[in-house]
Amino acid sequence: MATTSTINKEQYDYDIIRKFTIMTLVWGVVGMLVGVYIASELAFPVLNFDIPYITFGRLRPVHTGAVIFGFGGSALFATSYYVVQRTCQTPLFAKGLANFTFWGWQAVIVFAALGDVMGHTQGREYAEMEWPIDLLIEVVWVAYLVVFVGTLMRRKQPHIYVANWFYLAFILATALLHTFNNLAVPVSLFSMKSYSLFSGAQDAMTQWWYGHNAVGFFLTAAFLGMMYYFVPKQAGRPVYSYRLSVLHFWALVFMYMWAGAHHLHWTAIPDWTSTLAATFSIMLLLPSWGGMVNGILTLSGAWDKMRTDPIMRFLIVALSFYGMSTFEGPMMSLKDVNALSHYTDWTVGHVHSGALGWVAMVSFGSLYHLIPKLWNTQTYSNRLINVHFWLATIGILLYITAMWISGIMQGLMWRAFDDFGNLQYSFIESVAAAHNLYVMRAIGGLFFLSGMVVMVYNMTKTIRSGKV
Amino acid sequence: MDWILWFTKFENTKPLALVIFFAVFCGVVFYLYGNKNRSEKLESYKNIPLQDDDN
Repeated sequence: MATTSTINKEQYDYDIIRKFTIMTLVWGVVGMLVGVYIASELAFPVLNFDIPYITFGRLRPVHTGAVIFGFGGSALFATSYYVVQRTCQTPLFAKGLANFTFWGWQAVIVFAALGDVMGHTQGREYAEMEWPIDLLIEVVWVAYLVVFVGTLMRRKQPHIYVANWFYLAFILATALLHTFNNLAVPVSLFSMKSYSLFSGAQDAMTQWWYGHNAVGFFLTAAFLGMMYYFVPKQAGRPVYSYRLSVLHFWALVFMYMWAGAHHLHWTAIPDWTSTLAATFSIMLLLPSWGGMVNGILTLSGAWDKMRTDPIMRFLIVALSFYGMSTFEGPMMSLKDVNALSHYTDWTVGHVHSGALGWVAMVSFGSLYHLIPKLWNTQTYSNRLINVHFWLATIGILLYITAMWISGIMQGLMWRAFDDFGNLQYSFIESVAAAHNLYVMRAIGGLFFLSGMVVMVYNMTKTIRSGKV
Repeated sequence: MDWILWFTKFENTKPLALVIFFAVFCGVVFYLYGNKNRSEKLESYKNIPLQDDDN
């Protein structure tokens, strides 16, 4: 049985969590601002200004790096350090090392962004950073593992709560993915340039083994850890079924690893790998929806909180988007659907329904719960949380609707033939046809960014009233 | 050592992997839902996050 002893909150190490929380807000604004700018560049190419440093190709990895690793990564460091201490009822292990993970991780984000802008890239999606930064990530990540496992090992609670399982799976899987995806040989010790150890189809499969599992473990498993702690805390009631959460965990971590090759349908990879990936993608629907149902039913008997508690609204809508994205993903992994959707904006819309709807929304809800506790104060304005919620929700809907329409239109235009068997449309005609939808997407992004700015204002006021 | 070559053939290892994974899955499901006392013990862990409410 779970023990009921708790330790005094003064014994917990909140300082490191506060630092990561502040940087989550900072990187959120920076990353989303860059996102809105590059979305505007796609609608109005004149915004490139013929300056190489701010072209779409260089700013796009700055955007993905800042939002995934800066915003998402900092949120995960903050919440994992908080959850592991609270559920193990013990202070953080090796505080100095934890502090190193903070400075090391922030250095990674800054160096990665500078490298992207200067044109240094491996050309691997979500892993553009060249080898010196990869080595720094490796060191920081091992330190993170030591801090997390060390804290687990000195727990006072005999059972390790399931949220920590998800966090630990994320840390271990990310270590594996990062290491093998970035195996490369530098041109020289003093050159940023390196060449991958893999080539051809193997290189593509390694990249998408990494890329898909970065989504599966960094952007899904870890945020599920967040969900399994903060949804029950905010609802004031335990998770609907603990046994379902355990089943969710094992099924999810087992199945995700096999699905990466669905990013490479209709390419030079062996056909059976494609089929295998699609099969596991379809099976992934079951644990994903099991987890979603488990999270949402936690509110069973307290549905009124959806009307009265804007933080709960963030968390439950995040779970709804999680359910929607994990239905859309398996559907797009079917070869016939993929033949239409791949290389189009539908993929971009799918990624953002997961990234904005699930990852960002669950992070916002968790941070709104966490920040007043970290600074020992009350939230400055609940009304502003509500304003943020609606700005974010409208922004996501505008974004993904625009990308659905644009993506399906592109797919249909690219496969249309005339009576003589020639392609009916040139590529540039499909680009021109998407213009209004690109404007709509940029406006959606602007809504989402505005919500983020409202959050920063609200939380700055909250932190300033803190008693720390 | 010839028996080890059996594992080098996909037509052998694919169904073997299927049987192993399916058996493990059944084992996990049985562990979680197969015994009333164990189920109660497992469900009690869901209260861990709520035990530190006043801190």
